Amino acid sequence: MCRTGQQPDPHDPYDPHDPHDTGDDKAADAAFAALLEDSAEELYENAPCGYLSTLMDGTIAKINATLLGWLDMEREAVVGRMRFTDLLTVGGKLYHETHFAPLLRMQGEISGIALEIKRTDGDRIPVLVSSVVKRGGDGEPLLIRTTVFDARDRRAYEEELLRGRRAAEAARGQAEADRARLQDALAVLQQSLLPDTLPSIPGVETATHYHTASPDRLGGDFYDVFPLDGRRFAFFLGDVCGKGPKAAALTSLTRYTLRAAALHDPDPVAALTTLNKVLHERYAGSGDPRYCTAVFGTLDPDPATGQLTVHLASGGHPPVIVLRADGTACFLPTPGGQLVGVLPSARFTPATTVLAPGDTLLLYTDGLTEARTGPDRTSLYGDEALLAFTAGHGGKPPHALIKALTGLLDSFGDGLDDDTALLALGIPAADHPMRNTR
Amino acid sequence: MDIARRNNVAVTGNPHGRTVVLAHGFGCDQNMWRLTVPALAEDYRVVLFDYVGSGRSDLSAFSENRYGSLHGYARDVVEVCEALDLRDAVFVGHSVSAMIGVLAAEAAPERIGALVMVAPSPRYIDDDGYRGGFSAQDIDELLASLESNYLGWSAVMAPVIMGNPDRPDLGEELKNSFCATDPDMARVFARTTFLSDSRADLKSVRVPTLVLECSEDAIAPREVGAFVHRAVPGSTLVTLRATGHCPHLSAPEATNEAIRGFLAGLR
Repeated sequence: MCRTGQQPDPHDPYDPHDPHDTGDDKAADAAFAALLEDSAEELYENAPCGYLSTLMDGTIAKINATLLGWLDMEREAVVGRMRFTDLLTVGGKLYHETHFAPLLRMQGEISGIALEIKRTDGDRIPVLVSSVVKRGGDGEPLLIRTTVFDARDRRAYEEELLRGRRAAEAARGQAEADRARLQDALAVLQQSLLPDTLPSIPGVETATHYHTASPDRLGGDFYDVFPLDGRRFAFFLGDVCGKGPKAAALTSLTRYTLRAAALHDPDPVAALTTLNKVLHERYAGSGDPRYCTAVFGTLDPDPATGQLTVHLASGGHPPVIVLRADGTACFLPTPGGQLVGVLPSARFTPATTVLAPGDTLLLYTDGLTEARTGPDRTSLYGDEALLAFTAGHGGKPPHALIKALTGLLDSFGDGLDDDTALLALGIPAADHPMRNTR
Repeated sequence: MDIARRNNVAVTGNPHGRTVVLAHGFGCDQNMWRLTVPALAEDYRVVLFDYVGSGRSDLSAFSENRYGSLHGYARDVVEVCEALDLRDAVFVGHSVSAMIGVLAAEAAPERIGALVMVAPSPRYIDDDGYRGGFSAQDIDELLASLESNYLGWSAVMAPVIMGNPDRPDLGEELKNSFCATDPDMARVFARTTFLSDSRADLKSVRVPTLVLECSEDAIAPREVGAFVHRAVPGSTLVTLRATGHCPHLSAPEATNEAIRGFLAGLR
């Protein structure tokens, strides 16, 4: 912005009307004059940084006293006798030849390069070097002007930063390795809570799927299918409260208790009642009450009719779905079944159904029905939606139903934040080959 | 894979001339040849590229395993030659690239018909009866020098330099970008370069070869130039009056004259 001539410039020293032109200013002027005595030559020689000028081949033509002092060298030993690179460590020389010199040639200047200069006594001084190429009138490069800054303090600081960074990188690597190991261990443990393989049941196809919400946490869902005697089989699927190691211990206790109880008395209500006693006895007085929900049942195939009679009972678990060959799907109600392990004696609700070829029984945990859907992930998927989805797969064998449901779970994305177990048992229709999958 | 993009390949010059491939050494990138290209462009087709890990190459293609050996860099050369389907090209390699060219010519003899080795050294570290000019400690010092300029590499700037092969103007403005290299990749290239020993490969060279050395070169001293000349059968040695390791930048006229003279003498 330009001033107009309307007002006198307050900083004009010749303005007789300037009220600031006092004795103090005269003292300042004297100090300023003294500074002017600091000749350019004096400033060059004793500047707080090193200066040197070299020919284009690096031969030192001029060097200031500051830099000579740092190097502990005599001017006569340096000027016309040494090249700039002779002042550097060997590593610095290599860096100069591979980075510094080419860049300087290409750009005509370079700044802030970290190098080390060697003193006569062998000591090294970390420095920051900047250079510019001075050119003649015809553009021909004439010489290189270089400034050298003492970077001892700064380099020490940078080394601290580097050390810190390396330590952080090492710690991060260690943490990642630990996490990977922990995840491996958890995966093995999780696997141990589920059956390796399901037994093959004549005329019946089984299919399962287990979705783990977080690889860092042991899930709390479980299922199993196992033989009772030469003819009948038992199955269960459930959900223990909580997650993590304590939930895993509860799952383990639940699985083995149900297996043992079923061998003793396969009646579904009896098996759940035994489980209830065991869990209540174990946890009710522990100060850490724990419980589970479960469906337990038996399968009784009739080779004569090709039908399968299912007796089951539920303790607080969502009702199973019966999917008929004709595409109708309905819940098999088990109202009033109580949570397993909370009360000293709990009530469990039995139910029975018969499956014909093409029919499938679906058991699931509430991770599926409580998946959050909708654009803002606020509504739950729900029982009715599941029933409708299942009905759309009527007549398909269990593995096809599980495959469709797995796709449904995937489609929930981050709306699926709980573990989910699926177990489908059915009699394939005559036109579907049978297979057992998990 | 798009090799032209991976290695930031640029083709210029006379499309009807014999192809000359210019290969940069450790440190900077193909910009090192900016004073050489104009001297060749009229008569020759000129190919420029950056090794993976340098310049504006695709850094995601870098692997410590592959580029831990000069053979990995030689594969870059062969793959560039294959991508352009070059036959009988002249390979001009600066510094460590001279040795990379020897390995590439051995691997793909039909593609490389002559070599120009600019300031070559087959081994940098002194050995029994051989003087490369450096000790193992010196090389450690170089690695430390790279490390102390670590902070000069900006993780913010890198994607701008490296990630815009379609927009070279973006990187062009950035100072020092020709020699800005990811520190981890620079360390690998430095180790591979300065710890290599390619002396035994020299005698396998079967193509006309020009050895260009500088009169004063801190990295490749004259006795190393003489060693290379003796070891490469039938090679020609030219000593340039030049100081430093980059005669194509510090003495471009003399360097270009020597290269053009050699090219003119090829059949």
